[in-house]
Amino acid sequence: MRVIKPTGTPLTFTFDGVQYRGVEGDTLASALLANGVKLVGRSFKYHRPRGIVTAGSEEPNALVTIGTGPSQEPNVRATTVQLFNGLEARSQNAWPSLKRDAMAVNDLAAPFLSAGFYYKTFMWPKAFWEKLYEPIIRRAAGLGALSGEANSDTYEKAFAHCDVLVIGAGPAGLMAALTAGRAGADVIVADEDAVMGGRLLAETFDVDGQAGADWAADAVAELAAMPNVRLMPRTTVTGAYDQGTFGALEEVSRHVPRSDAPRECFWRITAKRSILCAGALERPIAFPNNDRPGIMMASAVRAYLNRWGVAPGKAVTIFANNDDAHRTAVDLMDAGVKVAGVIDSRADVAALGDYPLYTSGAVIGTKGRHALDSITITHAGGTRELRTDCLAMSGGWNPTVHLTCHMNGRPQWDDAIQSFVPVEGAIPGMVVAGAANGQMSTAACLQSGAQAACAVATELGLSPVADVPSAEDDPYRIEPLWQVDGKGRKWIDFQNDVHVKDIKLSAQENFRSVEHMKRYTTQGMATDQGKSSNVVALAVLADATGRGIPETGTTTFRPPYVPVSIAAMGAGSQGHGFAPKRLTTSHHASVARGAPMIEAGLWYRPSYFPHPGEATWLESCNREVGYVRNAVGVCDVSTLGKIDIQGPDAAAFLDFVYCNTFSTLKENRVRYGLMLREDGHVMDDGTTARLGADHYVMTTTTAAAGQVMTHLDWVSQALRPDLDVRFASVTEQWAQFAVAGPQARELLNSVLDDAVDGDAWPFMSCGPVSIGGVKGRLFRISFSGEHAYELAVPSRYGASLFRLLTAQAEALGGGAYGMEALNVLRIEKGFITHAEIHGRVTAFDIGFDRMVSQKKDCVGNAASRRPGLLEAERPQLVGLKAVDPKDKITAGAHLFVEGADPVSANDQGYVSSVCWSPTLGSHIGLGFVADGPNRMGEHIVAVDHVRGVRTLVEVCHPVQFDPEGERTRG
Amino acid sequence: MRLPCPICGERDRREFYYQGDAVALDRPARDAGGAAWDDYLHNRDNPAGETRDLWHHAAGCGAWIVVTRDTVTHAVSGAKLVGAKR
Amino acid sequence: MARLIATTPCAGLLPLAIGSVTVTEVDAGPVTLIAPYDGAQKATSDALKAAVGVGFPAPNRTLGQTQGKRPRIVWCGMGQAVLMGADCPDLPQAAVVDQSDAWAIVRIDGADAAAVLARLTPIDLRDSQFKRGHTARTLVAHMTVSVTRVGAQTYEVMAMRSMAGTLVHDLEQAAKNVAARAALA
Repeated sequence: MRVIKPTGTPLTFTFDGVQYRGVEGDTLASALLANGVKLVGRSFKYHRPRGIVTAGSEEPNALVTIGTGPSQEPNVRATTVQLFNGLEARSQNAWPSLKRDAMAVNDLAAPFLSAGFYYKTFMWPKAFWEKLYEPIIRRAAGLGALSGEANSDTYEKAFAHCDVLVIGAGPAGLMAALTAGRAGADVIVADEDAVMGGRLLAETFDVDGQAGADWAADAVAELAAMPNVRLMPRTTVTGAYDQGTFGALEEVSRHVPRSDAPRECFWRITAKRSILCAGALERPIAFPNNDRPGIMMASAVRAYLNRWGVAPGKAVTIFANNDDAHRTAVDLMDAGVKVAGVIDSRADVAALGDYPLYTSGAVIGTKGRHALDSITITHAGGTRELRTDCLAMSGGWNPTVHLTCHMNGRPQWDDAIQSFVPVEGAIPGMVVAGAANGQMSTAACLQSGAQAACAVATELGLSPVADVPSAEDDPYRIEPLWQVDGKGRKWIDFQNDVHVKDIKLSAQENFRSVEHMKRYTTQGMATDQGKSSNVVALAVLADATGRGIPETGTTTFRPPYVPVSIAAMGAGSQGHGFAPKRLTTSHHASVARGAPMIEAGLWYRPSYFPHPGEATWLESCNREVGYVRNAVGVCDVSTLGKIDIQGPDAAAFLDFVYCNTFSTLKENRVRYGLMLREDGHVMDDGTTARLGADHYVMTTTTAAAGQVMTHLDWVSQALRPDLDVRFASVTEQWAQFAVAGPQARELLNSVLDDAVDGDAWPFMSCGPVSIGGVKGRLFRISFSGEHAYELAVPSRYGASLFRLLTAQAEALGGGAYGMEALNVLRIEKGFITHAEIHGRVTAFDIGFDRMVSQKKDCVGNAASRRPGLLEAERPQLVGLKAVDPKDKITAGAHLFVEGADPVSANDQGYVSSVCWSPTLGSHIGLGFVADGPNRMGEHIVAVDHVRGVRTLVEVCHPVQFDPEGERTRG
Repeated sequence: MRLPCPICGERDRREFYYQGDAVALDRPARDAGGAAWDDYLHNRDNPAGETRDLWHHAAGCGAWIVVTRDTVTHAVSGAKLVGAKR
Repeated sequence: MARLIATTPCAGLLPLAIGSVTVTEVDAGPVTLIAPYDGAQKATSDALKAAVGVGFPAPNRTLGQTQGKRPRIVWCGMGQAVLMGADCPDLPQAAVVDQSDAWAIVRIDGADAAAVLARLTPIDLRDSQFKRGHTARTLVAHMTVSVTRVGAQTYEVMAMRSMAGTLVHDLEQAAKNVAARAALA
């Protein structure tokens, strides 16, 4: 009920399909309360009717679903949703309706659903858990649901940097920000609320003789005018991480009806210093049936009244163990709301106004089906029932210590305020001020905020001045009260439906550690992470185990402080943003030719180039293999890593990173090189060309280009800083195309300015060429076993050269070929790729042991000589040929002696690469077989248990086509 | 987490690639024997406290650095270029 | 004789104008990576200064003009810099590598240019920390790049040529988000 006439613009919204009116500035919660809506949800486990309990992000009960369709968002706290025109909100976990919830029957079964019930009951039969028990439980106990459609909203990630991060903008935070900002520090102020001011907005305190809310507004205006201060409202700092890094979740556009702006932004804020002014959260008291709609925190009642002009009830009662009870009563009476009684657990207190006061009091029972009707109390004068539709409770305040514990810090118990307070230095560079540090009066908050800012600004070399306004400085008087005896369940964790008896049961069953109790009862494990309930729970546990609260300790506070959507954390990384796409210069031409593109690392390469009439990829592939074997083929090989290596010690450096020797390579010649890891296994292979005395260009495989570059950096900087050598990636600089086939030279000579011939350009030669005046590089190398070249031009000409080469190839009866044909060509020739050098093979395994020069040291040399790496029974590279050429071999199949049981004990090796060879008219492959080189001609069985394929294959030499290499050299 | 690159200054950890213990800098001679190479390649301590490990400023200047940090508090007490070792 | 036609890395992708920000492709002219050999940084710097008027830059700094195709040199990694807008002189004391075709270079200009980049790069872009003439090797989204401040509200990003499409995509999305935020206020 609205008791103070609102000034904001009227808005309409719906809740469970019913239209209501609110005003601008309302939260969904304040608007619901203004409309007298008390029942807003059903509890998680027992489906008990629940209402709004708090006015902030700690809300355990009022979880709703907002929006519809793809942007439907479940489990949103009604207390943090800013109202806008047309907002659609729905209750959760109730069917068919909130008032008549079928699953409320769970509440009648409560005696059987105690803590540990699932553990004890659904132990067996084991198979029932996944198929029967879990689906039933999930349907009965639950929160809201997603739409099942792909999210259509955008989310964002961003980085921010500052000198001082002020977390929270209540009196302490605003004072800290003003002090640091005035001193010239670069300040970010982050506050979870849409309006900064914290409790100043919710209380009737004056600051410097002006209303607290007005002082806050002035402070925010002053801060907003400072160029060195950045205000981030609606931004909750969710975690404190190493070296002054913080995570923060900003609600960017949830508060507007429709926008292209991101819904949320997840910030990484880096701050030299931070000041935590997160305030404090009021905690409930565990009295019987303390969960009825209408029972809420006293601080929330004042917030709804003072900030939104809403009285949550017509006859309000107040139950507390501290002075807040009386302030609540005074505020309500000042607004003309009836106070039906104040129940103060303390004996020696006086009323602050004309309201019934029950000292030494306690609430021992409540009534009302969907909302509170009455309460039963005991007090110094006896027992009585009070008619009330709203009970404001306060068990005291818990400083919001969460962030101080994110780096393993533990808070300490403070007897004076009956709560945990942060320990100093728990987060390097962080100072805690205000209520978060146990300062409970407005004056103390302002003072400690200013002090904290002075301290950090001075550390930053600035000269801050503390100019602290005057404010109330009332003492905070509290006597401990955690639970009240009586008939009925005394709820602690409203969201997970944990009550006092559950915690006692946990202690009784010897789950006495607070961490065990948490897991046994699920206390504090709901989406609110027990913000308001944890301290009550551990006080009850302390009592049940006969220990003190400090001795019992707290559970671990972990990030995030509030729930962060996966969408926000993964923002920008969906779709194209998932990973960069590396496109070759021939990409568009390949796509235009209908080539399906396949990923090779981050690169996209054409799989094959389909022709009309070809029904399968294999037909295209076979044709393209034919181009290379019979005419000429063109393939973009720009994706291979290219590293330019220069320097007086370039040759010595290559001798150290390759297991074979490059210092002996002549200029304008190319050599195949094998690179080992320090553990003696093969890292990568490729050709390296010597362009000049001190100048080489190395090629790596597409897959390992990055790894090799990192490795070269490592070797140069860490292992051989004595060698004067420099290197740089030129992968992107050059577009490079393989031109392969019997007519390769003819094709080249149709495009080169100066023709090449066999004498000047023997196999494994290289040198400069020009194409239409463009300077390029030509390498006579072959990955197909044919007479072949690789022609490189600066990338700006790549697209043009590809068009030219393919057109010329087509004129010669050939054309472009893709990855499938490239793979067939190299398997026919026994050339290895990372399918073979997969990280577990040595030079010995691939038959290259003699390449590991023993005349010099190199990376991997020592380890490659280990006895275990040089034994005949190691699986070694062989060719495989289907005994019946039509029988398919599958990659990943394991090899067994004919007749042997195909189990791992009998494993003889495995198949690494396979293809249909149109050249040989057979299914062939490469694989590794124990003692392979000595088993040529042997028939062996390839068994693929995954695909259910079994093929009889012949072990043969890896080079199955043109073993003499005549075509390559021809 | 942020690391102090000796060349670029303090940078976000996502610019760095983590390699492992700085023991990798002490490469044995080729003929040092199996035990020395076994230690170098495979055996690592797992200290609760100060550790020196190798990071590559892969998305930055390309420097390999040795970072001294505390595995318990996560405090980073220094970083230097691996080349500075020699 | 064959005739080859040149294509720029961002052909068909740029320019873009979104909100207060424009993204345009930069033709930097010749781009040469220079890495002086051991002990030769000063000699390299002197030779460069004599030939093109800019020396070898300190780490994370650039030298020379930031506008147009005039010579400038941008530090781009440990012991390395790229000379742009001028042919590289003969430098026997340094490794010299032509990278004129290796980079996609884009310019981000406008009041919200820094805000757009702050969506993508983890480096500190505040005026006090990243001034005109400052440069950094860092990340833009998942890409390793070079970011240089060339004006009060102007930045240049160099990314691998093959990633031009992703670079433009990521900048475009960030700029749209920033512009949509501005429209909220």
